[in-house]
Amino acid sequence: MSDRLLNKTMFIDGKEYAYDGERNVLEVLRKAGYDIPTLCYRSDLSVYGACRMCVVEIEGKGVVTSCTIPPEPGMKIRVNTARVRRVRKISLELLLANHHRDCTTCLKSGDCDLQHLANKMGIKDIRFAPRQETLAVDSANPSIVRDPNKCILCGACVRVCREVQGKNVLDFTHRGSKTVVSPAYNKKLSEVDCTYCGQCVAVCPTGALRVKSDIEKVWNGLGDPSKKVIVQVAPAVRVAVAEAFRFPAGTNLIGMITAVLRRLGFDKVFDTTFAADLTIMEEAAEFADRLKNNGPLPLMTSCCPAWVKLVEQKYPQFLENLSSCRSPQQMFGAVAKKLLAAHYGIDRKDLVVVSVMPCTAKKAEARRPEFRQGEQLDVDIVITTQELIKMIRESGVDLRQVKEEPMDLPFGEHTGAGVIFGSSGGVAEAALRTAVEWVTGAPVKDIDIKEVRGVESFKELQLMLNGSMVKVAVVNTLQQAACLLDQIKKGECDYHLIEVMACPGGCIGGAGQPYSIDNNLLRIKRSQGLYDIDQNMPVRKSHENPQIKRLYGEWLKEPNSHLAHELLHTGYHSKRRIQARDVNLSPGSRTDVVDVRVCVGTSCYLRGAYDFIGILKKEIEAHGLGGSVDIKGTFCLEHCGKGPNIMIDGELVHHAVPERAREIFDQYILPKCKKEVG
Amino acid sequence: MNAVEQGFQRDLERINQIVEKNGNDRTHLIAILQDIQHEFRFLPEEVLIYLSTVMNIPLSSIYGVATFYGQFSLEPKGKFEIKVCDGTACHVRKSGVIIEAIRKKLGLTAGKKTTDDLKFTFETVSCLGACGLAPVVVINEKVYPQVTPEKISQIIDQYKNEEES
Ligand code: SF4
Ligand code: SF4
Ligand code: FES
Ligand code: FES
Repeated sequence: MSDRLLNKTMFIDGKEYAYDGERNVLEVLRKAGYDIPTLCYRSDLSVYGACRMCVVEIEGKGVVTSCTIPPEPGMKIRVNTARVRRVRKISLELLLANHHRDCTTCLKSGDCDLQHLANKMGIKDIRFAPRQETLAVDSANPSIVRDPNKCILCGACVRVCREVQGKNVLDFTHRGSKTVVSPAYNKKLSEVDCTYCGQCVAVCPTGALRVKSDIEKVWNGLGDPSKKVIVQVAPAVRVAVAEAFRFPAGTNLIGMITAVLRRLGFDKVFDTTFAADLTIMEEAAEFADRLKNNGPLPLMTSCCPAWVKLVEQKYPQFLENLSSCRSPQQMFGAVAKKLLAAHYGIDRKDLVVVSVMPCTAKKAEARRPEFRQGEQLDVDIVITTQELIKMIRESGVDLRQVKEEPMDLPFGEHTGAGVIFGSSGGVAEAALRTAVEWVTGAPVKDIDIKEVRGVESFKELQLMLNGSMVKVAVVNTLQQAACLLDQIKKGECDYHLIEVMACPGGCIGGAGQPYSIDNNLLRIKRSQGLYDIDQNMPVRKSHENPQIKRLYGEWLKEPNSHLAHELLHTGYHSKRRIQARDVNLSPGSRTDVVDVRVCVGTSCYLRGAYDFIGILKKEIEAHGLGGSVDIKGTFCLEHCGKGPNIMIDGELVHHAVPERAREIFDQYILPKCKKEVG
Repeated sequence: MNAVEQGFQRDLERINQIVEKNGNDRTHLIAILQDIQHEFRFLPEEVLIYLSTVMNIPLSSIYGVATFYGQFSLEPKGKFEIKVCDGTACHVRKSGVIIEAIRKKLGLTAGKKTTDDLKFTFETVSCLGACGLAPVVVINEKVYPQVTPEKISQIIDQYKNEEES
């Protein structure tokens, strides 16, 4: 026995297997080559143990869930017994009974773990009565559809949103047979602080959370003879379609993707990687400028819309740290709609810009009011890698049979620097390749910055630049990003440049990509795929891209020029996190009174909004104006940076700190009351 | 503004006091929710949003707790909660007629459980464990055995008058 303890082995169906460091029996079984079904287990999340798919028989313990049991030396496990099969089947039938089983019309059909399992376990009929109620489906946002009728309560989305994204948008609500996974008050995702990162979609084993499909819009555009339809393909997409067409994960298929896109009917096929090079031109210039002029630093990248939304909703104090550069997707859209349309001699409205992205949040980004002219978007339609795969399958074109083709010029030309944008650390590396050269004035020879590569969620780097130390941090996942911002707030660390991507491993781990039960392995392979491309590119620095040089020579002149500013930069503003009514704070509201709305949103609350209300009320009482001032508490007036904020009869007053309560009362409220009384 | 809205026309001060009294810590969330429920007779959405700010707990977690425990109500409740047993014993003894009578008297329906003036909430329950007294009506903590439509009408009037005086 002591030998066994040292040896750390267990018996699976009578055969001895060694284990080492696996966190549960399930992992040991998988390593030993067993294909144990799971629905709620995710290797990168905490263990929940609810679905009972992973059951095995362990001597002395009976039928147990293997994901919740830590391995012990000498354990005797049987994987395939009649009892195991029975428990699994009954559990699966119970899940299916509560599930809307309209598989043939479900967007997840074919990629659904529940469907696969039902098939694998040979489920023929379901002996339990179905759930009676039909719950409302939320499809009010551009990115994600939430259909609680398909939820099996595995809690994977709850865990990923909390543990990986630090967001807590979703949770279990109600109980017993009425349990639902939903945002607070069953609000829509668009009414709470969801970032549309989609990671919940990436782990959902059913169609309960799915990417909103824009495939029909693309077909419609392609079928309209009056339109010229062009497409941009993001860096991370090229290494993520491989598995779907039986190539090894991480294989670069950009040549074939390009060829297929032409067959689908796109007039021009371009590379978002070109726009990534453009982003680097602007961002490196911005970085050099902020280094020289002392700030605001750290400069934070802004290519990830989920991250931008997090800052806008939760960290307004860092808004000015965000790079003013638009993301590559939006730079492409703006340049295409202005310059390409002119170049082709067509009207802006007749050019349809489609993008293929690894990302669900990009669908929402494209609809931001900053990125449109009137009703016309810069990027008209965003589809994800998954949607592209579906379109290819639907079209009947066999990707394996097509010959590789190059992209169109001018926006098909790209560098290795642009390609690595798709992996966490890539933007920082690409920016440094250019910025260091610009700041020092000397060419950089060793351009591989290995310290910031890889799928780890936190990486850092220090380098000497013209005699001073420059500190760079690279983070992925919003939980890690929030953690870093909190540290900076407390003064526990400082950096000059911070790259943030919301998805684990960067865009290669985006929620628009195809998934598997081991998303982490896929991320590693895809990331490697991108660095391999970079390694073999003739040009590996963005500022050396010949088409970029041409674009600046002919149109933009130089980074941050007037035109560059108009097309390539943007601004950010604080946003409300939760949509809710205001709270009345004074009795008997009337309409003929002064209407005072005090923000008690997080940012303003922390700056003393509560005390402000206290003083204000005393002041009102002291003047005997109780009936003429109506005070309401509101949850964010979207100017958090200048808070605490109050709104007096529609007029916004910033910096309403408690010390200014009397002054504000005298200046803004008292005169109005007098007028109304008089 | 209806009476429901007036119900939480309160100072945020009360919420801060409740939080302070119990201790601003996640482990006290249930006690705090109980106090808020006591204060407002239900858990108003705006109050929970504010609470989530003050306590720095995600709203989804607070909502999860609030909906998990049967003691919490997310709908406004009247000052007097009338419960009529519609378990088998009471049903046999014609609790249905009484339910009808109460709803008619208070202007309520199966979907509308609370009166606009927030005085009465009316609910049916499956069994109060007092079958010997069927049909049973409970108002707040007080039990009324063997009620008839006439009797219940008088009882409700008493509560109405009590409120006025
Ligand atoms: S999209 Fe992201 S932020 Fe929104 S609920 Fe899903 S995991 Fe949470
Ligand atoms: S929505 Fe999907 S991931 Fe979330 S609990 Fe339901 S089945 Fe699981
Ligand atoms: S995978 Fe083990 S219980 Fe769900
Ligand atoms: S919290 Fe956003 S303006 Fe007050």
